[in-house]
Amino acid sequence: MSTFVEPLNIIITGVGGQGNVLASQVVSVAAAVAGYRVVVGETFGVSQRGGSVMSHVRISKDKPYGPLIPRGRAGVIAGFEPLETLRVMVNYANPDTVTIMNDRPNYPLGCLLGEDKYPDPARIEETIRKLVARVHRLPATELAKEAGSPLAANMVMTGALAGSGLLPFGREYLTATIELLFKDSVRDLNLAAFELGYRQLAG
Amino acid sequence: MGVCKEQPGVRVALTGNESIARGALEAGVAYAASYPGSPTAEVLGTLAKVAGEFNLYVEWSVNEKVAMEGAAAASFTGLRSLVVMKADGLNVALDFASALALSGTRGGMVIVVGDDPSSHSSVREEDSRNLCKALHLPIWEPSSVQEAKDMTRAAFDLSEQLKLPVVVRCVTRVCHASGDVELGELTRPERRPVFGRDDRVITFSIQLHAQLEQKLSRAAAEASDSFFNGYSGPANARRLVIASGPSAMYALEALDMLGLAGGVGVLKLGTTWPLPETLLLNYLKNASEVVFAEEVEPFVEDNVMALAAGHWNELGSIKFYGKRSGHVAGPAGAGIGELDPDVLAGSLAKIFDVPWAGQTMLTSREAEELLGEKMPGRELALCAGCPHRASFWAIRTALELDGREGVVLGDIGCYTLGIVRTGYYLLQTMHCMGAGVGIAGGLGKLNRFGFNKPVITVVGDSTFYHAAVPALINARYNRANFMCVVLDNETTAMTGHQPHPGRQTTATGGPADTVYMEEIIRGLNIPYAISDPYDVDATINAVCDMLQLSGPRVLILRRTCALAAVKGKEKNRVYVDWDKCIGDDCGCGRFCSKVFACPANIWDAEHGKARIDEAVCNGCGVCATLCPQQAIVVERTVE
Ligand code: SF4
Ligand code: SF4
Repeated sequence: MSTFVEPLNIIITGVGGQGNVLASQVVSVAAAVAGYRVVVGETFGVSQRGGSVMSHVRISKDKPYGPLIPRGRAGVIAGFEPLETLRVMVNYANPDTVTIMNDRPNYPLGCLLGEDKYPDPARIEETIRKLVARVHRLPATELAKEAGSPLAANMVMTGALAGSGLLPFGREYLTATIELLFKDSVRDLNLAAFELGYRQLAG
Repeated sequence: MGVCKEQPGVRVALTGNESIARGALEAGVAYAASYPGSPTAEVLGTLAKVAGEFNLYVEWSVNEKVAMEGAAAASFTGLRSLVVMKADGLNVALDFASALALSGTRGGMVIVVGDDPSSHSSVREEDSRNLCKALHLPIWEPSSVQEAKDMTRAAFDLSEQLKLPVVVRCVTRVCHASGDVELGELTRPERRPVFGRDDRVITFSIQLHAQLEQKLSRAAAEASDSFFNGYSGPANARRLVIASGPSAMYALEALDMLGLAGGVGVLKLGTTWPLPETLLLNYLKNASEVVFAEEVEPFVEDNVMALAAGHWNELGSIKFYGKRSGHVAGPAGAGIGELDPDVLAGSLAKIFDVPWAGQTMLTSREAEELLGEKMPGRELALCAGCPHRASFWAIRTALELDGREGVVLGDIGCYTLGIVRTGYYLLQTMHCMGAGVGIAGGLGKLNRFGFNKPVITVVGDSTFYHAAVPALINARYNRANFMCVVLDNETTAMTGHQPHPGRQTTATGGPADTVYMEEIIRGLNIPYAISDPYDVDATINAVCDMLQLSGPRVLILRRTCALAAVKGKEKNRVYVDWDKCIGDDCGCGRFCSKVFACPANIWDAEHGKARIDEAVCNGCGVCATLCPQQAIVVERTVE
């Protein structure tokens, strides 16, 4: 586990419907159980309906923080979607921000209608690599399908976050939280997805 | 679940809304009522889940005014009650609230109002504090998830002491935040409602106004000692930030970022009305520069400046910075939109004249230069498979066929997105719950002046019960000429699928006496028809037919919300048969993705063919019925 700099600022970003809120919930519940102070700033509401969504998760030893991460101060960005990852980086990344990105695009309406063009995902990745030192790209949606459903990409990403070694607590806190929050087949699916994501980064 | 953990002192992760619910449980609430509205929608749902365990009465009410009346009734009998709404809901409840302030209450009664700075999920960013002040109600504002609980709990005590409802005003950034919360003790009081023959709760005398003012004076006197007001910074600070709500946290972080933390004090106000005057004067007397940080209107700012004006001879000269002076301002201007650490850092840097360049690594333009192309925006879209998209499609097509340039009016719900591209820009008005039907009634009476266009107004099922029925009665009575389309997705989808009077279950999952909208409409003697929006052709025909009628009429387009329909079920598998899809050559102009525009109808540019994004598709099958080549295949797993 790498050294823990206070506070650990994590941004989880994606598109409404991708399960951002659940991913940030898993991280925050685990952090609280592990004895850390945690606050999550969440934007949901209309943004459930296909807009950009972003959760700010702030973990610290004992100091309370506000729910919004200041610009340029994200320690980790977990992007569920390439374009949104880049968009969030513009505002919140610094050269040391660790970036974990799902490679699967989710097309904005303007692109579907042919009025806008979705940037080439390879170029997005290239751009991100120019901006920050550490980037992990993974096929989270494909891995989630492997685990049983493309909708579990959020848990693949949560597993990847754990696998990055940046969280100040062990993965067992996260898996215990998943077991607490979900039941039966959904729980198994999410655990399997988590595992696949974890292995991508932890090797 | 954390909200009903017994051990006091334990820390658990809760959302702000759960934290409010926990506070009410700790205070021994007995009765809770609400109409769902973001950002506070989840408070009541949380209580509903534990209603059995704690022996609570919890209801989703038909609207906020009725919710408040019910909660007041419980308070009149001595029980503790909670009513929860968004700022817009307070507008609905205002008439009763102003009377209730005068009559007063008995058992502790707390009104939780969710304000939505920056309108994340609302049509406006109304600051309810000015209204609450006009109502003569005390206002408390939590700055964190922890405080959301602690304040809710304590507000019951204050209410009981004053015999007056207390408002907890909670903004989106607290309601929808989550964080670790230290739990307090749960109380399970014995509850015996008392309302004897001699009990009177009446709003009818000028005396009551005098009593109300006395209650507020008492609240003001206590506020200065309140645990919810706090100061951090140097003693006798000459530079002072007065902040409320989450802005207090932002201010601390901003000062830190600017390197000013040691030299500037932050006075956090939790009791924002009536003001803690003694406390404020104590800090103001040393201050020469005061900055206000609050969302949205300059509420604390105006009231503190008025206080300072009244005490000018004790205070010496103070320079005030805030929204009035234009110094505390986000990108959209002073008093517009929510604050954050960056907005405050920028504002404080200017006020205190320290360098601050912001901290982003690059601008959007620079990112686009690196990328070599534009980053397309992402606008809101109805979910894949949303029945509203199909309904809007049918209405739009029917109006084209009709050819009389019919107008379409909107209302509040997911279908409000009919004002943007995903709803084909169909809606031409959009105001507040039920307004579309009233406006349609007005337009429907303008024939005598030569306004002869057909008028259609769309309203959701939950909104129908909440606010559309009086407007329909008015329309029947006055013979207004319009067509009301009820987009009945059998739930309150927008706020998280709460039940409403048309459903079979109550808030706590018990059986309900369903109030069928057809019965109401029949009772009003208004002609109506029902169609399934997924059956696009039948729905177009139904709209066309009904456009021929006159007087008020109702078309119910009934189909369960796509999200609710697929929850916990296997979805239909939908795919494009590439042998049939003629792709770029299609005369349809990419009908499925370009025109109907379901977000799951994507385009495979490499092959020049349509594709279905299986991670997004909800399997409604509508695109399959619209595709002119019948290239889209639906494998049904759900009925
Ligand atoms: S079946 Fe077609 S219209 Fe329905 S959700 Fe899937 S892609 Fe969208
Ligand atoms: S939540 Fe339901 S009603 Fe709302 S946009 Fe999605 S499918 Fe439509």
